[in-house]
Amino acid sequence: MLIVHCHVCGAEGDETDFHYGGQAHIARPATRDPASVSDAEQRDYLFMRHNPKGLHFERWRCDRGCGKWFHAARDTVTMEFKATYGISELPPRALMEAATGEWAIFFKDKLAKGSEA
Amino acid sequence: MKSRYSIFSLARNAINYHKDWERAWRSPTPKSEYDAVIVGAGGHGLATAYYLAKTHKLTNIAVVEKGWLGGGNTGRNTTIIRSNYLQDPSIAIYELARSLYEDLSRDLNFNVMFSPRGVMMLCQTEHEFRAFKRTAHANRLAGLDCRMITPEEVKKIAPIINDDPNCRYPILGAYYQPRGGTGRHDAVAWGYARGADSLGVDIIQNCEVLSIRRDGGKVAGLETSKGFIKTKKIGVVTAGNVSTVVQTAGLRLPIESLCLQALVSEPIKPVLDCVIMANTVHGYLSQSDKGELVVGGGTDPYNNYSQRGSFPALEHTVTALVETFPIISRLRMLRMWGGIVDMTGDRSPIIGKTDIDGLYVNCGWGTGGFKSIPGSGYVFADTIFNDRPHPIAEPFGLNRFVEGRLIDESVAAAVAH
Ligand SMILES: Cc1cc2nc3c(=O)[nH]c(=O)nc-3n(C[C@H](O)[C@H](O)[C@H](O)COP(=O)(O)OP(=O)(O)OC[C@H]3O[C@@H](n4cnc5c(N)ncnc54)[C@H](O)[C@@H]3O)c2cc1C
Ligand SMILES: [Zn+2]
Repeated sequence: MLIVHCHVCGAEGDETDFHYGGQAHIARPATRDPASVSDAEQRDYLFMRHNPKGLHFERWRCDRGCGKWFHAARDTVTMEFKATYGISELPPRALMEAATGEWAIFFKDKLAKGSEA
Repeated sequence: MKSRYSIFSLARNAINYHKDWERAWRSPTPKSEYDAVIVGAGGHGLATAYYLAKTHKLTNIAVVEKGWLGGGNTGRNTTIIRSNYLQDPSIAIYELARSLYEDLSRDLNFNVMFSPRGVMMLCQTEHEFRAFKRTAHANRLAGLDCRMITPEEVKKIAPIINDDPNCRYPILGAYYQPRGGTGRHDAVAWGYARGADSLGVDIIQNCEVLSIRRDGGKVAGLETSKGFIKTKKIGVVTAGNVSTVVQTAGLRLPIESLCLQALVSEPIKPVLDCVIMANTVHGYLSQSDKGELVVGGGTDPYNNYSQRGSFPALEHTVTALVETFPIISRLRMLRMWGGIVDMTGDRSPIIGKTDIDGLYVNCGWGTGGFKSIPGSGYVFADTIFNDRPHPIAEPFGLNRFVEGRLIDESVAAAVAH
C-alpha cells in the first residue's frame, strides 16, 4: 500500500485517501491553435502515454484532504515516491536529469531552458 | 513428432512408474537466425508460433521468453472465457477464440480443461440492466447464443446468491452466455508450447530480449541475454512489458501498465457451477475444480511494473462480493497474486503491423486476454506470415487511435476479467 504525502496541505494518507491522475505534463494541443492540430498530435494527447519501468512523473489529488491536485515523481518498480511538486511546476532538476526513455526526451529542452513549467 | 497422450500412453507409463515420460518440449540453444521470432512465451505468443507452424508451415521460428513459459499473465489470470462483448470487431475475435477453445484439447492433444459452465453477468442497477440488454441485442444480431435471464433464473443457477430485493444492489436479472466458462490457464500455455515444439518451433526460455536492432526502416534482429538473433520478422507479445520492448526500436504505444490482482479461498464443497461477474460492485467469482473460490476484481489504479498489487484493491473486491454472496464471508483466503496488464484507452487490444517493417505487435489485452488466446494467435500468425492484417485483426490496428475509430469496450465491461 502506498503512503502518499500531499504537496499542498501536507496531509499524509494511504492511497485510498488520494486519487491517481495518470501521467503528468500533458499539454492539450488544441488550447493554443485548434485548427492546426494534426490527427497524430490529437492521438498523442488523448492516448499516447509514457509507460516507463522506473522513474515516472504523475498527477495525484488529495481526495480526503484539501482536494487539490499536485505532481509526484514515483518509481514504478520500487513504488517509492521520489518527490512531490506543485501542479504548475516541473520536477526538481536532479529528477529531470535522472529520467530515462521518453521522459528524458521530454525534459531535455526544459532542462536547457531552466525550470518553469 | 511427439508421441501422443492417450489412455494407452498413460497405462504404458504407469507400468514404468511414470519414469519414462518424454519431455513436453525441448530446451534448444538459439540458432543465429530464424525466419521469424516471437517475443514472449505467454499464451498469445505460443499460440502465434503454433499457428505459424501449423497453418502457414513456417517452422524455422523461435519464441523467446525472459522467464519461464506461461509465467506471465497467462499463468496468473482467473480463466474466464466468454465472447459477449459489445462491439462487432470484439465479438468477431472473442467468438473465434471461444469456438477454437471448444476443440482445443483435441487439436493440441493436451487437455486444456475448457469448461463451458456458463458465464453470468449480473444486473444490479437499472442502468446496468439496460446496458446489458443493449449488448444482448448486439450479440443476438451477431449470432451469439446469449440471453437475458430473470432474477428467478439467476437464483436457480446460483443458489448462493443473495436475492434479497432490499439489499443495496439487488439482482434485477443477468446477461447469460451458457457457452462461456473457464479453462486451465497453465494447460493452454503448455499445450500450445508442446504443439509448437513438436512442429519444430524453438522455445527459448530464460532469454530476455534486451533490444530490437533496426536496419533503417526495418528490423534486423534481437539483442538477447543469450546473444544476437538475426531475423526479418519480430512479433512482440509481452503484455505489461510491451512498451519497454518496443521502445528500443523507437516505437511508442498507447499503453499503460497496471497491476491486476486475484485471489483464491480455501477449498470448499461445490457451491457454484458457473462464472458470475458483478460489474457494479467490481468483483467476479467462480469455483475451481479443486473447490477454491476464484475471486477477481478491478486493477490497482496506478502504473506498476512490480507484479505486486496493494491491499485496498483486494479489500474493495472482497467487500463488494460479500454482500452478493454472503456465504463467502467466513472463508479464509489462501493465495493472492498480481500480474502486470497492458491497458489501452479503449480497453481493446492492438494487433498488427507497425511503422517499422517486420515489426508486429499483439498487446493491449489488458485484463481480459486469456479468453482470446486461440483467436488472437490465429489471426496474428496470419498477419505476420502475409505481412498484412488478417480481416478479423484489421480493426485492431494502431491507426485506429489516429483515426479516432475506437473499439470502445471500456463502458461495456466495467470490470476486469
Ligand atoms: C489477475 C488477472 C486475472 C485475469 N483474469 C482474466 C480472465 O478471467 N479472463 C481473461 O480472458 N483474461 C484475464 N486476464 C488477462 C489475461 O491474463 C491476459 O490478457 C493474457 O494472459 C495475456 O497473455 P499474453 O500472452 O499476451 O501475456 P503474458 O502471458 O503476460 O506473456 C508475456 C510474456 O512475455 C515475457 N516477456 C516480457 N518481457 C520480455 C522480454 N524483454 N524478453 C522476453 N520475454 C519477455 C513475459 O515473461 C511473459 O511470459 C487476467 C489477468 C490477470 C493479471
Ligand atoms: Zn492536501
